[in-house]
This record gives sequence, structure tokens and C-alpha cells, in this order.
Amino acid sequence: MAKISIKNYIMNVLAIVILYALLKFLIWNGVISRYYLGIIIFICINIVLATSLNLATGFLGQLALGHAGFMAIGAYVSAITAISLKGSGLPNTVMLIISLLLAAIFAGVIGILIGIPALRLKGDYLGIITLGFGEVIRVFINNIKMTGGAQGLTGIPRISNIDNIFWITVVVVTILYTLTNSRHGRAIKSIREDEIAAEAVGIQTTKYKVMGFAIAAFFAGIGGGMYAHYIAFLDPNTFNFMRSVEILVIVVLGGMGSLTGSVIAAIVLTILPEALRDFANYRLLIYSGLLVIMMIFRPQGLFGTTEFSLSGFLYKLRHNQIFSSRKKIEEGD
Amino acid sequence: MNIFLQQLINGLSVGSIYAVIALGYTMVYGIIRLINFAHGDIMMMGAYFAFITVFATGMPFYMVLIVSMVLAAVLGVTIESLAYKPLRKAPRISALITAIGMSLFLQNLALVIFRADPKIMPAIIPKRPIMIGPIQIGTVTITTIALSIFFMVLLDFFVKKTKPGKSMRAVSEDKEASILMGINVNKTISITFAIGSALGALGGVLYSVAYTQVFPTMGVMPGLKAFVAAVFGGIGLIPGAMLGGFVIGMIETITKAYISSQWSDAIVFGILIIVLLIKPTGILGKNEREKV
Amino acid sequence: MALLETKGLGMYFGGLKAVDNFDISVDEHELVGLIGPNGAGKTTIFNMLTGVYLPTEGDIMLDGLSIVGKKPYQIVNMGAARTFQNIRLFKDLSVIDNIKIAYHNEMKYTTVEGIFRTKRYWAEEEKAHQESLDFLKIFDMQAYADTLAKNLPYGKQRKLEIARALATNPRILLLDEPAAGMNPHETKELMETIHFIKDKFDIAILLKEHDMSLVMGICERIIVVDYGKIIAKGKPDEIKNNPDVIRVYLGE
Repeated sequence: MAKISIKNYIMNVLAIVILYALLKFLIWNGVISRYYLGIIIFICINIVLATSLNLATGFLGQLALGHAGFMAIGAYVSAITAISLKGSGLPNTVMLIISLLLAAIFAGVIGILIGIPALRLKGDYLGIITLGFGEVIRVFINNIKMTGGAQGLTGIPRISNIDNIFWITVVVVTILYTLTNSRHGRAIKSIREDEIAAEAVGIQTTKYKVMGFAIAAFFAGIGGGMYAHYIAFLDPNTFNFMRSVEILVIVVLGGMGSLTGSVIAAIVLTILPEALRDFANYRLLIYSGLLVIMMIFRPQGLFGTTEFSLSGFLYKLRHNQIFSSRKKIEEGD
Repeated sequence: MNIFLQQLINGLSVGSIYAVIALGYTMVYGIIRLINFAHGDIMMMGAYFAFITVFATGMPFYMVLIVSMVLAAVLGVTIESLAYKPLRKAPRISALITAIGMSLFLQNLALVIFRADPKIMPAIIPKRPIMIGPIQIGTVTITTIALSIFFMVLLDFFVKKTKPGKSMRAVSEDKEASILMGINVNKTISITFAIGSALGALGGVLYSVAYTQVFPTMGVMPGLKAFVAAVFGGIGLIPGAMLGGFVIGMIETITKAYISSQWSDAIVFGILIIVLLIKPTGILGKNEREKV
Repeated sequence: MALLETKGLGMYFGGLKAVDNFDISVDEHELVGLIGPNGAGKTTIFNMLTGVYLPTEGDIMLDGLSIVGKKPYQIVNMGAARTFQNIRLFKDLSVIDNIKIAYHNEMKYTTVEGIFRTKRYWAEEEKAHQESLDFLKIFDMQAYADTLAKNLPYGKQRKLEIARALATNPRILLLDEPAAGMNPHETKELMETIHFIKDKFDIAILLKEHDMSLVMGICERIIVVDYGKIIAKGKPDEIKNNPDVIRVYLGE
């Protein structure tokens, strides 16, 4: 088991390093313009938000409609921290790390405080109460002085860039991956599958529900912080209910319980509206229409609950299973 | 004191609009267990239907209302059969995302057709203040309250006394058993969407007349509030939606008048949170326990 | 001393006495049957014994400690595991993951150790993996290790649920109508499995069933309930000839 894992590690690390080198190369020779770079950064932010929500909704099975609230908390805490650290002479990276960690911890703690009462509810009711909390957070930010209120928050140091955003995203996804494949991750998945059965085999369901929810909030906080330090301006109304929905759409479309699915759906759904820019006003009409059509034809999302694995893909490729399995399906029909 | 009474009547008026919209949410939830996020946008489309009808034909208010409600009913049934029906056996969250997608689709459709700038809704209800003792009430307010109550009574009669109404209750109680009893489930679901959407349009027309504006995202906030109202009263329950609508409208109006208009949304959602924590199935809902 | 003992156990739903004055005791390594017609209160009893319901009155002792008011997971950790009448597996997870979840509390590594995959993580995961495989081997299901639980045949699903309960390392196993929905052949195989696990794992078993003939063959002692009350206790032969039992099962 361990030997195969080491081989997988090396392969995945290699793939990520190559991806990063390619990205740097394309930026260096100007293929990736400022505009494209912005899209890539937004893809990374959306990956962090979607994979974290996937932990709560896909792996833990708890419908959460207030993820933008945690993102907002992270964005504001991170921004305010960085603003107050501005004159301290700290290097940007250190400042970013401090701000993001504080943002994440803050969002995580609020996640625990909301999670403990809210997670007693199930299904749609949980969705509604998280929606309620998300809206309350937004109204709060809109009306207190510290956040700049409805006018927005300005003067945020622009300290995130493609390098740190890329690596933060890699770290977040990796942590979520190893977490979901540990005993704690299995406990989380067992709650999604059947809460009563989970408790009947000795899982402390309440503890793991709150834990999964809080970790999701923690990383949403990081996503919010990344956003704040890239955009350098925060408007509370960015973090409304529709923002939560956008993140949820990525999760469901990618496949609930599939991190790789979330990554790919984040890429697709961030590029799609941009690619449709030529259609001007019809852009969001097409986008929403496609969303409905995709749901009708693939309700379980692109990947279902399975993960895309590089080694598995290569194995199948080598043994020609991808084509033969397709053939099998065709013959079956 | 007079101002307070005035506010109460305003609250009643806002509440009755929320109540009729909430009915659409609750009926659909009751029958297919779907939070129909597109309902607020059907309400918006209803307002646009009324707006067009007024400009194209100059018909009187009641005719405009009927045309708008009928068109919205057709729209609701179409959406159900195209987008929701294929997903009845799919994971519920997929159906939820579809409803959200449909909501965005309607909003952007309105945006493409009518542009983003708000259209001024003509005063199709003649504005004459009526004095009851020392309190002055607008005709719009009175019409809103009266029409909402009229349709609620009508709906109550329909659900309790007519055959399709009884089928509706049967399907929301137990879909499989209803099929065995020979009830046409698909037809019943269509009827539910038709009625819910027509009531949404009623809410939309009244809302646009009261605030004199029609715009593509006008359904979002009232939709969300009406939905809160439905949950508040007990989602899936018709009397719950009515009660919830009035309570939420009242709370909102009172907080706006006496506490703070900026915080009123937070207070509405805060109350929703408290109700859900104390009694998750809403004020009138029954607590259910999972069987082991 | 009895392993599982109840004293004056009662459960009222409103005015309805679902279970009343229920006293049983199960000794270690004993196989006891709990039978009774549908609606006799067996499910309520099971739910009280496993912490799903809080009894209205009375006490439940597991190895001398009261478990009333304890959460289901605490009761599992104290040594009483159960299965469910309408199989509750982790359907979209693999068979081996179903077992590994039951090993959750055997492993001790922390969340952070799990995230950073320390030595302890690898050691404990490796051990859990091996033990789970061994476990499946005992039930002759190792070939299904990577199958999703929902894709197992019905009889195998029952077996997996029992295996999963046993993986929590219990001292008493509570089986909730394990033969429900099985054909005679599967039922026979299941009864053999039950007998086998009792010897192999050296545990006590409380077997709830509504079909009397089924438990007669394997149980050492049988408790019969009707309308929430115990109407007979004893050896299978005594039960078979008990007039009250005959009346309940065959009518007057």
C-alpha cells in the first residue's frame, strides 16, 4: 500500500510542478495576458471555495447555502489584518500568511458557533438556516463601521499574486484530500451515507458534523482572504446569497464528494461566463440555460463521488480500458 | 398611536403580498419537496406580464390581473414539465440547483428582453386615500389586502372541497399511495404549479403597483422573504404560509419604522433562525422523527 | 453477573404503553431470542437498549454500568453493537470502508496526523486495512472488498452489516430481524453464520425476530413479548408448548 502511494505522490507532485512551470512559462512569454491571469486567479479562488464547501455538502452531506458568509468573514478579517500590518515592514508573504491564517481561524470559529445549533437540523431546513446565517453575516458587515459598511472597504494591500494563490490552492486541495482519506474523513462520509448507522458503529456524529462544517468554513475563510488581497476592495454585497449559490453550483456540477470534480467544475464554470462574454447580455442567459440542461442530463455531477486519479487514468490508458469500456457500453446498448 | 395603526395596516399589506407568494413556495414544496427558487422570478414575470398588458391593451386592473395570472400559470407549468419533471428521481440537491438555474434564467431572460432599468408601473389601481376614523389608508393597500384574502379563501375552498384540491393533498401526503388510488400525479403536480405560479403573479402585480416599479431582479428579495415566511409558518402547509407571510410582513414593517431599516433584513432572518432552532418544522408544523 | 440486564424497563408514547415492566438478562456467550408478533414492542425495546430512545422508566445495565441516557455511540464503545431491520449500510462506500469505519475508534491518530500522514497514520491505516481484510475473509467476502456496498446481493448486505457491527469489537451483538426479506435458503445460511460468529467471537447475542420457527433452532433461551409485556421466558421446548405463546401466535 505504502509503495504505491509513494509512486502516486511523486507523480502528483510532478504533475503540479509541471503545471506551475508551464503557467510561469506562458506568463513569461506573454501567452497568458493580464486578463487571462485574472481568470486563472479566480479559478484558484473558486477551487478553494468549492472544495471546502464540498467537504460540508458533498462529503458530510449537509446542505449549506451560506458559504459566502464564511468567505465574507475571511475576506474582511484578512483585509483588516493586512491593513493594520501595513506599516510593520513585514514581507508581503509573511503578511499574507498571517492575514489568511487569522481569517481562516475566525471563519472556522464562527463555523463552530453556527454549526453547533444549526447542524441539529437536516436537509432543506439546514439549507435554509445556513442561508439565514449567511444573510445575517452580510447585513452585519454592511452596517458596522470597522468593515467600511455599505461603502466598501478600501486600501487593502494587494499582496496575493499568481504564485502564492497557486500554491495556497494546491495546499488547500491536498489537505482536503488527505483529510477525506483519513479515519476522520471516513467518519464524515459515513454521516453522509447514514447518520443513524454511523452512530451505531461508534462514530460521534455531532462532533464530526461540526468538525466538517467548521473545516469547510475555515477554508472558505482562506478563499475569502485570497479574494480580498487580489481585488483589494471589498463590497459586502458581493457576498450575497447568489455567491453562495455559485459555489454550490460548482460543487454539485463537479460531483458531490469528488474534490477533483470540484476542481474541474471550478475551471469550467469560471471560464464559461468569460468565454460567453461576446454574447454580451445573452451571456448569463446561456450560462443559466446550460446549467439547467447539465443538471437534467447529469444530475449526479460530472464525477459523481469518484475522484479522478492520474495513476488510475494512466493505468486505464495503458491497458486501453477507456476505449474498451466505452465499447462495452455501446455493445450493451 | 395613529401612526402605529398606520404601520400595522402597512404591515398587513406587505404581509399579504408575502403570504400569496409564500403559498406558491409551500404548495410546490408540499407536493414535490422542492424549494422552487424560481418562484420569486415567476412573481417578477407576472409583474412584467401585467406591465405589457397595460401598455398593449389598456385593460382595466382586474382584467390585467387575470391575464397576468393565467400567463404565469402557463409559465409555471412549462417550467415544471421541462426542467423539474426529468429530475423527480434525481438527488434532491440536483433539483434544487435546477431551480436556482431556472431562477437565473428567468432573471436574465427579463434582462435581455426588458433591459435592466426599472419600468414604471402605471397606477392601474386608482389612488384615492380613504379615511377610517383618523387613519388614512390608500386604495392600493386596501385592494392588496382584500385581493390577497379573497384568493386565500378561494384556495382554501379549492384545496378542501374540490376533487383536484383533494388530489393535491393526497399527493403531498403520500405520492405512491395516491398513484394506487388512481390519482393522476403528473396532472396534480401541474395544477399545483399553475395555482402557485398564478398566486406568485398576483403577488408580483400587487408588489409592482405598490412600489410602482418593475425590474428583472425585483423577485429576488420578496421571493426570499416569502420563502422565509413559508418556512416560518411550516413549509408545505397552506395555513402556515399565510400566517408566516403576515408575521414576516408585520415584523419587517415594524422594524423598518421603529428600529432600523438597515437592520430589518437581519432581524427577519434572525427570527427565522430562532424559529428553526426552536421548532424546525415551523410554527404550525409537526415534528417528525426518523424511524429506526 | 449478567452482561446485559434490564430492570422495570418501560416506554410510553403519550398514553400508550409500548413497553411495560420489561425485565431480561443476557449472560456472556449466551444466544437469546426476543420474539413476538408484529407490533409487540420489540423494536422499541431494541431502540432503548441501543440508546436511540430514552426509556420512560427503568434501568439498563451493561456489564454492571447503567447505559440509560448514554448516546448510541457511547453504548457501542461500551460493548453493545447492533444491526438494523432495514439494513443500514454506507451504501456508496466500498465494503472494506464500511468495515474500516467501524474500526474508527481503534485507531488513535489525530486529525492533524491524518492530514500530514505521519508514521502513525500509515501504521494504523495499514493495520486497519489488514484487519478489515481478515475480517472480510472470515465472512468469505474478501472478493467484494472494493465493491460498493449497495451493489452487494441482499444476503451479502446482511452479512456485511453483521460484520461491521462485529468490527466494533462488541461483547454483545443485538441483531434486529436479520432474516427479514430473506428466502429460506438465505435464512438457513444466516442462522449458520449467527451460530458461527457466536463461537468465533465468543460474544453474547440478542436476536430479535418475529418468526418463531426461525429462532427455535439456534437460541438457548427465548423471551416472548406481546403488547409490550413479557408473556413467556424459557428454553425453546418450553416456549413451543407454552399455551400463552401458542395463543399469541396462532390465535384462540
